Amino acid sequence: MAEMWINMGPQHPMTHGLWNLRVKVDGETITDAEPVIGYLHRGWEKMVENRKYPQIIPMADRLCYGSSFTWSHVYCMAVENLMGLEVPERAKWIRAMSDELQRIGNHLMWLAAIGPDLGNLTIFLYAIREREMFLDLFQSLCGARMTYNYCRIGGVRNAAPPNWERDVLRTLDYFEKRIDEYEDLVDRNKVFRMRMEGLAPMSGKDAINLGITGPVLRASGVKYDVRHNDPYEIYDEVDWHMCTADEGDTYARYRVRMDEMRMSVQIVRDILKKMPKDGPIRVKPPRNAPVGTGFARMEDPRGESLIYVVGKGDDEPYRLKVRSPLYVILSATPLLLRGHKVADVPSILGMIDVCMGETDR
Amino acid sequence: MISMYLDIWQLLGGLIHWLLVDIIGAFVGWLGFHGLEAWLGSPGVLNFVTILIVALIVFVVGMLVSITLIWQERKTLGRLMDRRGTQVGPIGLFQNFADALKVLVKEHIVPEAADSLVYNLAPVVIIGTSLMMFVTLPYSPGFYVSNPQLGLLLTLALFGIVPFAVLLGGWASNNKYTLIGGMRAAAQIIAYEVPLLLSVVGVVILTGSLNFFEIVQWQQDNVWLIAPMIIGAFTFVISMVAELERVPFDLPEAEAELVEGWGTEYGGMRFGLIMMSEYARGFVGSSIITLVFLGGWDMPDFLNVIPVGLWFLLKVFMVFGIIIWVRGALPRVRTDQILNLGWKRLLPLAAINIAIAIVFKTAGVF
Repeated sequence: MAEMWINMGPQHPMTHGLWNLRVKVDGETITDAEPVIGYLHRGWEKMVENRKYPQIIPMADRLCYGSSFTWSHVYCMAVENLMGLEVPERAKWIRAMSDELQRIGNHLMWLAAIGPDLGNLTIFLYAIREREMFLDLFQSLCGARMTYNYCRIGGVRNAAPPNWERDVLRTLDYFEKRIDEYEDLVDRNKVFRMRMEGLAPMSGKDAINLGITGPVLRASGVKYDVRHNDPYEIYDEVDWHMCTADEGDTYARYRVRMDEMRMSVQIVRDILKKMPKDGPIRVKPPRNAPVGTGFARMEDPRGESLIYVVGKGDDEPYRLKVRSPLYVILSATPLLLRGHKVADVPSILGMIDVCMGETDR
Repeated sequence: MISMYLDIWQLLGGLIHWLLVDIIGAFVGWLGFHGLEAWLGSPGVLNFVTILIVALIVFVVGMLVSITLIWQERKTLGRLMDRRGTQVGPIGLFQNFADALKVLVKEHIVPEAADSLVYNLAPVVIIGTSLMMFVTLPYSPGFYVSNPQLGLLLTLALFGIVPFAVLLGGWASNNKYTLIGGMRAAAQIIAYEVPLLLSVVGVVILTGSLNFFEIVQWQQDNVWLIAPMIIGAFTFVISMVAELERVPFDLPEAEAELVEGWGTEYGGMRFGLIMMSEYARGFVGSSIITLVFLGGWDMPDFLNVIPVGLWFLLKVFMVFGIIIWVRGALPRVRTDQILNLGWKRLLPLAAINIAIAIVFKTAGVF
């Protein structure tokens, strides 16, 4: 068969979001690939230049439907850096806890998505079922299920509701058993392992050179996690360790994310133990930011997210730049895909957990 | 042992004879058309009408069982996935009919770039061969359409036609996804067809027949073939799942990477009938497993009150339940992996199974 280009996207079951992956195939083997993005470009960075600082928080939520809290969090941290605000101690703990709950929710959505990618719907429904509980937790925390609008410049909007600690601990206890169930279904399943092991290996050197961050980088054996290398909020006081794997293949990426879910459970438990029970949760931010720059970075569930904000002395930013982890990781798709089969495209790209909202902005 | 079954040939033969000779024939004779009366009463006409009616009844029963299999799959899969499955009608039984009505009223579209002759021919071949397989299946000693001496071989041969129609349909649709899907069907048939046929060779050696009735009779006299031929049964079930193009071997219609695989361009009632015929083949495949390895309608003596036809269908539902379970637990394998599986695992197993059958036969165990 002659070589031909196949468009996978923008309307295709493989693409989680609106993008186009063009693959050049020779029979079933991929000889080249080319990601085409921009289908979801909303002009986010330009739009926020006409918004006041607090008005950008709900927009930051909408950068990624899967992990909205982490994006509003990193935005608030960047503006606090610009304004020179010191966040109250209790708000830091609440933010870190919400981050970890959001990480679990996002990884569950990723786990749900790889199920249909590999051809099994059971894992999809199991993961979505448990994600519902974390959405319920967020609903009791801030009233919304997906776009929370919870983080505030200088703290968080409200304290945790009564019985919050009890609810979270119950959910985590239940959820830990469910992780074992997922591992029974996936790790102990020969066909799942056949589809993932040894697939699309990437060396740590390649990953660093491409600027890849997050679970994909850690699966290649590179010990880099913003929570560890540049601890923000309270991560240097919590008992946790980085989850890495050495193989660098698809299965290692899967393993790193599963381990991160367990680690997040441990972190949330530790936070609930060490968190100050009372105290202020918010300081009042000034209306106008000074002329200058502020930036913040954090470990998003997908990698290192960074927001760089330039203030012009009034209540609107002069410029706001988002560094999306997925934008960088997508540039690695040709390297990951070349030489593999068409059937492996969903399983390789499923493991990098594509989210187009933050990529196209 | 007396088992309860309905001899459909005798019953319908008698009914048709009574209708054509005693009612219509008498009436026509009373009108004075004696030639017509003699023609209606001739064995040729009686046989022809009986065959037509029997074939129709067996076809309708087969279709109803296939629809029930769709319902069974949806319900069981729903329970495996912690959801409820279909909800339309009592215990979700009417969902299939609602779906059939929906696809029936859809517009019928032929892609402009498609080769319309082959594009239209492929579903006809698929649906035709799938439904033709009902012909050789006996549900009970008295409920069958035909009893060819090589029934097992004929049914397995009919199974082999479908992948070619899939390849044709995928190619004729003139779409890259369907082309890859069709090519996968062709690649897949190489992987599983050989182990599928080799794993029944052991059965043929032991029973000395390719006729379903004789195979079941042998099992009634001796033992269900799954006991001596456990490796063969294992190989056969896996190959049959591949033959039915179901998860984990649904490569031709891998919806994650190929949209809907070879059937991307087929919509409306064509899609509905193709899907229906997939379950008809699922029914035939489960029936072959039941007949060849699970003793067909053979049942313990104390259960004699159950009609054997129903007992057979119960076994078929059980076998299909296992296939559904496999679908709930496994992801899809890759093209090269199914070839590895077929040639490096299943083929040696089938050969070992033949060796076991030869040992049993020469040692005179059965």
